[in-house]
Amino acid sequence: MELSEHIKTANVEDVILKQPFHPPLKGTLCITSHHLLFSDRKEESSWQLLLLIRNIDAIEKSVENLFGYPSYTTKASQGKRPVGSSGTITIKCKDLLILQLEIPGMEECLNIASSIEALSTLESVKEMYPFFYRPSHLSLQGPWGLSSTEQYYKQTERLWDSWRVSKVNSDYSVCPSYPCAVIVPREVDDDMVVRAARFRQGGRFPVLSYCHHRNRMVIMRSSQPLTGANRKRCKEDELLLQAVLDGSELGYIVDLRSAQQAQQARMTGGGFESKTCYSHWKRLHRYHERGKMLQESLIKLVEACGDHSHSVDRWLSKLENSKWLSHVHSALSTAGLVAECLERDGHSVLVHGSEGTDSTLLVTSLAQLILDPASRTLSGFLCLLEREWIQAGHPFQQRCAHSAYSHARLKQECPSFLLLLDCTWQLWRQFPLALEFSEALLLRLAQEVYASEYGTFLCNSEQERCALGVKQNTHCLFQSLLRSGNGEQYLNPLYERTELAIWPSVHPQSLQLWTGLFLRWTEYAQNIVEAREELWSIVKEHRESAGLERNYYTLSTHCEPLTPFENLMDELTIL
Amino acid sequence: MEHVKTPKVENVRMIDRLTPRKSTVGTLYLSSTHTIFVENTEARKETWVLHSLVSNVERLPTNPSGSPLIIRCQNFQVYRLLIPQEKDCLDVQASLTRLSCPECYGELFCFFFNPNLKKDLREKAWGFIDLKAEFSRMGIPRNLWQLTEANHEYRLCDTYPSELFVPKSASPAVFVGSAKFRSRGRLPVLSYFHRDTSASICRSSQPLSGFSARSSDDEQMLQAIMKSNPVSEFMYVVDTRPKLNAMANRAVGKGYENEDHYTNIKLQFIGIENIHVMRNSQQKLIDVGDQASPSMSDFLWGLENSGWLKHIKAVLDAGIFIAKAVAEDGVSVLVHCSDGWDRTAQACSVASVLLDPYYRTIKGMMVLIEKDWVSFGHKFSHRYAHLDGDPKEVSPVMDQFLECVWQLMQQFPCAFEFNERFLIQLHTHMYSCQYGNFVGNCQKERRDLKLHERTHSLWPHLWENRAEYTNPLYRTNHSQTQGVLKPLTTAYCFKFWKGMYGRAEKSMGSNQSPADCLNAVREESQQLEEELSTHQERLAQLKEKKAPGERKTTNSLSERVRRPVPNECELGSPLDYFTTTTTTTTTERHPPSFTLPLEPAAPPKSGDPDALSACSDFESGVADLSSHSSSAGDDAKDPDSDEVVNTNA
Repeated sequence: MELSEHIKTANVEDVILKQPFHPPLKGTLCITSHHLLFSDRKEESSWQLLLLIRNIDAIEKSVENLFGYPSYTTKASQGKRPVGSSGTITIKCKDLLILQLEIPGMEECLNIASSIEALSTLESVKEMYPFFYRPSHLSLQGPWGLSSTEQYYKQTERLWDSWRVSKVNSDYSVCPSYPCAVIVPREVDDDMVVRAARFRQGGRFPVLSYCHHRNRMVIMRSSQPLTGANRKRCKEDELLLQAVLDGSELGYIVDLRSAQQAQQARMTGGGFESKTCYSHWKRLHRYHERGKMLQESLIKLVEACGDHSHSVDRWLSKLENSKWLSHVHSALSTAGLVAECLERDGHSVLVHGSEGTDSTLLVTSLAQLILDPASRTLSGFLCLLEREWIQAGHPFQQRCAHSAYSHARLKQECPSFLLLLDCTWQLWRQFPLALEFSEALLLRLAQEVYASEYGTFLCNSEQERCALGVKQNTHCLFQSLLRSGNGEQYLNPLYERTELAIWPSVHPQSLQLWTGLFLRWTEYAQNIVEAREELWSIVKEHRESAGLERNYYTLSTHCEPLTPFENLMDELTIL
Repeated sequence: MEHVKTPKVENVRMIDRLTPRKSTVGTLYLSSTHTIFVENTEARKETWVLHSLVSNVERLPTNPSGSPLIIRCQNFQVYRLLIPQEKDCLDVQASLTRLSCPECYGELFCFFFNPNLKKDLREKAWGFIDLKAEFSRMGIPRNLWQLTEANHEYRLCDTYPSELFVPKSASPAVFVGSAKFRSRGRLPVLSYFHRDTSASICRSSQPLSGFSARSSDDEQMLQAIMKSNPVSEFMYVVDTRPKLNAMANRAVGKGYENEDHYTNIKLQFIGIENIHVMRNSQQKLIDVGDQASPSMSDFLWGLENSGWLKHIKAVLDAGIFIAKAVAEDGVSVLVHCSDGWDRTAQACSVASVLLDPYYRTIKGMMVLIEKDWVSFGHKFSHRYAHLDGDPKEVSPVMDQFLECVWQLMQQFPCAFEFNERFLIQLHTHMYSCQYGNFVGNCQKERRDLKLHERTHSLWPHLWENRAEYTNPLYRTNHSQTQGVLKPLTTAYCFKFWKGMYGRAEKSMGSNQSPADCLNAVREESQQLEEELSTHQERLAQLKEKKAPGERKTTNSLSERVRRPVPNECELGSPLDYFTTTTTTTTTERHPPSFTLPLEPAAPPKSGDPDALSACSDFESGVADLSSHSSSAGDDAKDPDSDEVVNTNA
């Protein structure tokens, strides 16, 4: 079925559009295979609304029959058609925007609604907009992605001694969700890797995630071992982990399940690394909520934020009840724990939960943000996302099929990536000078991951992307973010590189609701946007007066520690 | 000094509860005014705590490592000490308990505090805030309002200032009669005049109406207030109490205005709870901030349970109602509660902040506090327990006003000239009695204490250091700065004030501050500009001279203001993500902060060796890590930013 067949009514005149911060507008609504467009036709060239249909999470329609009313009430429609009824469509987007369309004509309204319903839930990746997006300023010949495993290895000199790039997965047969190339200990050969992979769920054998620049200790990630009820062992898996330790006495396994859950996993063929078989590894259990529960937490939070009631008690109890901040708390805590193992105690860490595709990636990437100054730059952060989420096989398509408003039955939706962005925002709020990118970047990513013109977040793994030719037929978001001329909005004006680890406070008082995302479409967030503009203008004034080059000089020379501030001031960290 | 039993205790340990590694050993000194802790490190870092700031001193049972002592301050800072000898601990506790509760005004610190100011300068300092000038700034039309001498020598009302503004149309007989009909003689007088609409905010105490009493003088007084706003046909009477409380007061001969007796008034109840409810609510809030390692749910639940933010919202709602009436409807408002010195002061001053951009400046905020709080007889010494007295009189009234301003700052980051630090300073000084401004309960009492001769004024001191209290985002011509503020009051707009209530743990205060950074950027730009102009001048000179030899221009980069780059020790020292129970220094045992509450203490199943190992494995992992000496070396350079409270020369 062609996409256009879903469209029964392509154009409706005299539609009234209501959106936050704007007065209602009257104009023409158009629907195309991938977009909803609206224009009041006053200024010919500009659209008042250009909405990716993929961005629509849920719609609600209500139709009113106006027959029996004198016809002059609809004179505004210039008598083009006999209109005696009208309908209202409420569009709830995945980026949490809510729009309302008042459409004259019941039939048109129902047609539009059914087209949106059909087009917003397309399952076939090939039909999605990134495969059709062909802006004139971008060429498909350009590079796709920022870096590959090989390039990363080449750039990271500290890996060369004891680590190597293995192409054992080049045909995705060893682990379907891993990329072709992964980094493993030098002394472990590919045969061993293959056997170790058979012992791990989904073949996700332990691979290198990060090597600490200070002491060469590493973060590894994998899925759970398949020990099962009768406590199977796998010599190769044990040797692989032994090789990771490389003579050091101790390593930590951070299991993202409770000890009890890990026990229970054995009944279904999973399990954990027992002390007897992995004698040099100490296991720590840190429970993380996952899957459906996390999605429901997001739904509850968004619902709470949409309740504009004035009762403080009700708000706090809803916020508490959503548990979202508790998830932020545990993610940052575990990441802090992993980082502390490396930095303070000088031990390597293996992180896994069950599948190793969600919380595992969350924890490893947050730990890197805490430890590694390179990952706190704009390009470094995007590289981190590419390495730890896209190449590492986070199933974006399954996880981000729906967002918080959808009425559809939950399948495999889970906002792990959104949780990462939230935790990153918390880091940025606590260390406003340490990250090179801005909140705007995080917000953009939060939007793009659910609905995008770019192919970056399509599919569930490298294998799928390869099969569908994503890299050949779509544009890359990360490339575009780095290249774009309006890069300034994604930069943090106060950025001051620090080589030190940034240790987040995880005291509940220190964690806040991410108003920029969850209250994005309220006036509350608007004032803060204004303040941020003010901040930019101050920094710009400074740069103008100082002259760019000299400014650069001063910025890069002032790295001496400063007198500590007397009081904790976070009045401006809301920016 | 007679109350100091032990002036010096050695080998005292100052405990950091969140990061036990950061605890330090030092010597504790007790002076007649301060507790001073000097670290045994090279830097000899000092922590000063003013006795009058101490709210309570708690001693925990002695354990093998010593006697723990917890000093809680009224500005919500908490110091945890471990004193080797129990006897010393008892002495310190007894001394501090006595010293923190002076029995008469003469014992207050402000009478001893001497910043070496000459007499004439001291007098000038007391004239820094001039309320007469403030009333003329408001642009009060002389044909509608007049300054009355009726309260000269506090004859009319002993808790009011001596100078009062009343409607010109009200005769002395009317306002004297009105004063008789108001609780404690606090008659309706002008607090703020809004030039744009000619509407005004007046304040009073409750009328002595009971069930049926009326006073034609008081009725005429309100009529006169309404008439002084020529365009409006009615006025609001805002009773800031819950209606039920107001009705209960009728039984004791007080109450509220009967709408049948007063022509053209509209009565509005706002529902701010009384001082006792607020005191309990704040105590619950402090307990929330004081929890050692709460889970997110504990915290949010505690916050909800305290009801604090609900009360803050009620105060703000009152201000918004008044501001809207005055600015949008152009209707004058009379505000009262019971006595008209707590909730009334809150409501009037919040409304003023919303209405007038001047009160959002540093000077304006000082003026506002001087006007609505100090001069109108807010009972500072009772409310903030300056002296040992009735604990039922204590209540965080001003705290709530300051917090309302802070909540507004969160919504309008560019609208205020001052920053959070300014509010916190004000809060501390309200309690500390280092300066004479907030001593006593009304103007008359202050005059009798001769505060202007015997103590110093806070305002010039704050003004001199205003650079520290300036919000870098403030610009007089910014859209948020101008006109009337219209804040949202949706529940999610109200936040926990971490800067105020989250100060129990010093290791939490290690955030980077963008405000400081911005201020430094500004200063730096200025310097660069100056530098540029001197270079240009020199260049011009050189050109004139056509000097062939190139003179090297001096590079003064190194002299420039330092931008606040994060302190190495702040960033470089992790919190204890393993936070442990192995610290032997406290008797309190806290669960590790990074352990999730969801973590079940899985009981080992019998006959399952692996389960057993899983469990012990976990435990030993914790113990092992915490016993490790830090290898990252951050301990060595660990002089954490410490708060020096009121360091005095």
